[in-house]
Amino acid sequence: MMMEFTTWDILRNLLLAARWTVLLSLVSFVGGSLVGLAILFMRIGKNVWLKRFAQGYIELFQGTPLLMQLFLAFFGLGLVGVDVPAWLAAALALTLWTAAFLAEIWRGCVEAIVRGQWEASSSLAMGYVQQMRYVILPQALKIAVPPTVGFSVQVVKGTALTSIIGFVELSKAGTMVTNATFQPFIVYGFVALIYFALCWPLSKSSQILERKLNVAHRNH
Amino acid sequence: MSLIEITEVRKSFGTNEVLKGINIDVDPGEVIAIIGKSGSGKSTLLRCINGLETIDSGSIAVAGAQLLPDELHLRALRLKIGMIFQSFNLFPHLTAGKNVMLSQMVVKKVPTADAEATARKMLDRVGLAHKFDAYPEELSGGQQQRVAIARALAMQPMALLCDEITSALDPELVNEVLAVVKELAAEGMTLLMVTHEMRFARDVCTRVVFMHQGRVHEIGAPQDVFGDPKTPELKQFLGLQAA
Repeated sequence: MMMEFTTWDILRNLLLAARWTVLLSLVSFVGGSLVGLAILFMRIGKNVWLKRFAQGYIELFQGTPLLMQLFLAFFGLGLVGVDVPAWLAAALALTLWTAAFLAEIWRGCVEAIVRGQWEASSSLAMGYVQQMRYVILPQALKIAVPPTVGFSVQVVKGTALTSIIGFVELSKAGTMVTNATFQPFIVYGFVALIYFALCWPLSKSSQILERKLNVAHRNH
Repeated sequence: MSLIEITEVRKSFGTNEVLKGINIDVDPGEVIAIIGKSGSGKSTLLRCINGLETIDSGSIAVAGAQLLPDELHLRALRLKIGMIFQSFNLFPHLTAGKNVMLSQMVVKKVPTADAEATARKMLDRVGLAHKFDAYPEELSGGQQQRVAIARALAMQPMALLCDEITSALDPELVNEVLAVVKELAAEGMTLLMVTHEMRFARDVCTRVVFMHQGRVHEIGAPQDVFGDPKTPELKQFLGLQAA
């Protein structure tokens, strides 16, 4: 017996799956921010070994495809006897991947703060942690907002890869719905539109924030 | 006893030795101008005194305590000596008042109300009481530099280091900053300033140090250094003799 699918059936199923895309994006972004912050402080800190570790971490995750990282998290951990469900492998790999990029973006922001700010706060007898907390980070944060929001778009799109290890989010749902309906153009058209609806507001707000914070010509 | 004792200080950047054995003792209340061509090591010397640069050999002591390059000693030293920079270096994300309050609160743990009272007093002292809530970008260069002075004063230092503090200012703004410095000098603050303002050095300073190629080339009272320069280098620097 042949099932008939209405357009609404297709869209409804895709929207239901899109919730997982949103959730995975949020988890990866929040988790990635926390791990990224830790990597950032290792990277810009004074301890040589932590610095090297952070540098190696960033290079490793930036220098390999996200897909490989997903495979390694999913199959690799399985090989050593840890049974990892697809959602966990997806969240783990995306979190670590996001952390590497955010740490590097933020490092640039911290290093963009002119040396005079360090010197002035040093001459006022502030210690490293105080300088960071009260002088450097508040300024770096302002610069960091637009690129960070911009990068969140990459995270959302990155979640599409997790369909390959079997996590049912928007892209995977698209494939499944296509297999049932044999209407790939309509289905993937909707998939693309939904991704766009998620990403475009992020890109746009990144642009608006950039103008609003007017960072380009500040402090100089 | 001298407040600042600089003894045989040497400093190199790579193979370039910029300080070649500096000896200067500064008494409390002295106002010392350090003059010399760019590259003569005068800014480096100033930066060594509060530990922004580490010295290779020799010693610097402030109020009897040796300058050691670890964080604890450096911070203790910097509580005694304030520094003012050519580029003001105000914290751009904080108002003038908060700029003056910050280090009192986080370094000395002064309660907010007291820190604010001190900040208002110091801003008043540099003639900017009405700019308490203004952000640095809303202030002129001269005003920013006066806030920077207030910020350093709020830590109640025993001495102030001034590194070409008027060099980044438009000519018409130089005097308002120098007037503040002059007042500090009159009140007995110990000042070490690298400056190109020769008239100011002559009028206000107790001693003038002429640095040349990493050494103290001449040192003495302003009337001697300016009125009767001994070396051809100083004569040339002062424009008294053709090159």
